[in-house]
Amino acid sequence: MGEYGLLMNNLRILRSRRAKLDSWVRRIFWMFSALPFLLVLTILTALWLKAQPLLLAHPLSKLLLGEAWRPQKGEFGFLPFISGTIWVTGVALFFAVPICILTAVYLSEYASGRVQRLVKPLLDLLAAIPSVVYGVWGVLTIVPWVEESVAPALGRWGDICPIFASANPTGYSVLAGGVVLAVMIAPFIVAIAYEVLQTVPAGLRQASLALGATRWQTVKYAVLPRASTGIFASVILGCSRALGETMAVLMVAGNVAQVPRSIFDAAYPLPALIANNYGEMMSIPLYDAALMTASLILFLIVLALNIFSILALRHVLRESE
Amino acid sequence: MSRLIPHLETQNLSAYYGATKAIEDVSIIIPRNQITVIIGPSGCGKTTLLKCLNRFIELEEHARVEGKVLLNGEDIYSPLIDVTEVRKKSGLLAQRPYPLPMSIFDNVAYGMRIHGLCSRRELAQKVQYYLQVAGLWEEVKDRLHAPASQLSIGQQQRLCLARGLAVEPEIILGDEPTSALDPISAQHIEQRLIELKQQYTVVLVSHILRQARRLADYVVFMYMGKVVEAGPAQQVLNHPQHERTRAYLSGEF
Repeated sequence: MGEYGLLMNNLRILRSRRAKLDSWVRRIFWMFSALPFLLVLTILTALWLKAQPLLLAHPLSKLLLGEAWRPQKGEFGFLPFISGTIWVTGVALFFAVPICILTAVYLSEYASGRVQRLVKPLLDLLAAIPSVVYGVWGVLTIVPWVEESVAPALGRWGDICPIFASANPTGYSVLAGGVVLAVMIAPFIVAIAYEVLQTVPAGLRQASLALGATRWQTVKYAVLPRASTGIFASVILGCSRALGETMAVLMVAGNVAQVPRSIFDAAYPLPALIANNYGEMMSIPLYDAALMTASLILFLIVLALNIFSILALRHVLRESE
Repeated sequence: MSRLIPHLETQNLSAYYGATKAIEDVSIIIPRNQITVIIGPSGCGKTTLLKCLNRFIELEEHARVEGKVLLNGEDIYSPLIDVTEVRKKSGLLAQRPYPLPMSIFDNVAYGMRIHGLCSRRELAQKVQYYLQVAGLWEEVKDRLHAPASQLSIGQQQRLCLARGLAVEPEIILGDEPTSALDPISAQHIEQRLIELKQQYTVVLVSHILRQARRLADYVVFMYMGKVVEAGPAQQVLNHPQHERTRAYLSGEF
């Protein structure tokens, strides 16, 4: 009996030690998982605090809608940069979205398993090319192409359709930035849209095919409607990548602080503003705070888009279960 | 026995997935206006055989078919035949229902629309008719434009039946169509199938022997990819000729 009691006692000690270790390990892991969340919060707070001097000195509406960017005179209008970002991103999505969705549909619905296994890694490879390489490609190929071919051809329509008006003699423009960006974000949109299409159950396709529908009818009426939320999320994710992309756009968009009126105008997107100017001209009052405000605006937009698309994708996953 | 007019017929039908032979040298008839139940242990090739009957086998990667499947005497694997026509002639009930991502009404109307089977005016009438045939009309008549995904799983399966009937098929193929359903819903479906054999030829894959006894007019027993025995239900289920059939029916495997 005594021996038995001793054994139980030892066991209890052992068990409590194991339990203690377990709870410590849990705490450590919890801390590491909390880190990304804390980091986001910290960055947000820091940007907010650093932007304060400018936000207090000027009303928000004047900052967001002001067209004049003259830091030396204390004028900080962000509209050129915000609209530059929107223009470039818009052009990028215009080119990328239809092509990407069709590619994803082809890969998921039409291509044989062998083609899928071949093309998917290639797309992932495209996503891994450093953005500066895309930038160089843009400078060497897209910018001259816009300057020599596209602008002269479409510029003639400028009177009728102002977005084609060509007043900029160089190819460094919204269009060049948009095309380079489109190529850059395409792999992401295709990859996510493809994954989303793969979550559509095979039984749903078969239900449609069994009724004598063609593949295209099946895609159009059964697969795409079912996947629409997720595909939308993939576009939003691509959009948020485009908004934040810095290097390649900075190299080809022209960087003139003006509100673009045409796809051939130069643009100066927010990330390019921050990257080009941070660390310089810091003696100008409020300049530092202005760049922080630009970062804050960019950060908030991208954060909102990402949260939205994550929620949408989660919804898709839940539905496919 | 006198009504055994073949509607479908397979001749030396073999199907492969890559190098694996799933069914081998199957030559059977599917009699018109009867319920044919394909039985056998799991992995015996029942579902593969069914998939050969509407060319669904072609959706599988590396699948290959040899031999013939004659529908009204015409080989459905002939290069002259349009696969969508083949599938239109056979309605499919899958193991679990997959309503299309649209309303109840549109689900039933889907097939008629893609085949241009009827005018816009007739459509509502036909949708009602097929929902009635599937025994679902009373339950959904007030919410025809609600998403089909809101229906219970048993209702969804009847919706799939209505949807399949709406393209005016000749044959109804069922791949264990009651296996995901509760007993009452399963009974609903079985009842419908018995009624429907007046107008259609029904082919069911089932692993439930009792269901086969309840429904079958004609039975095909498969084992290891081959047809061991096929014939009128009375004969196969009550007086099996083969040792394996006897063993299966008595629950030995």
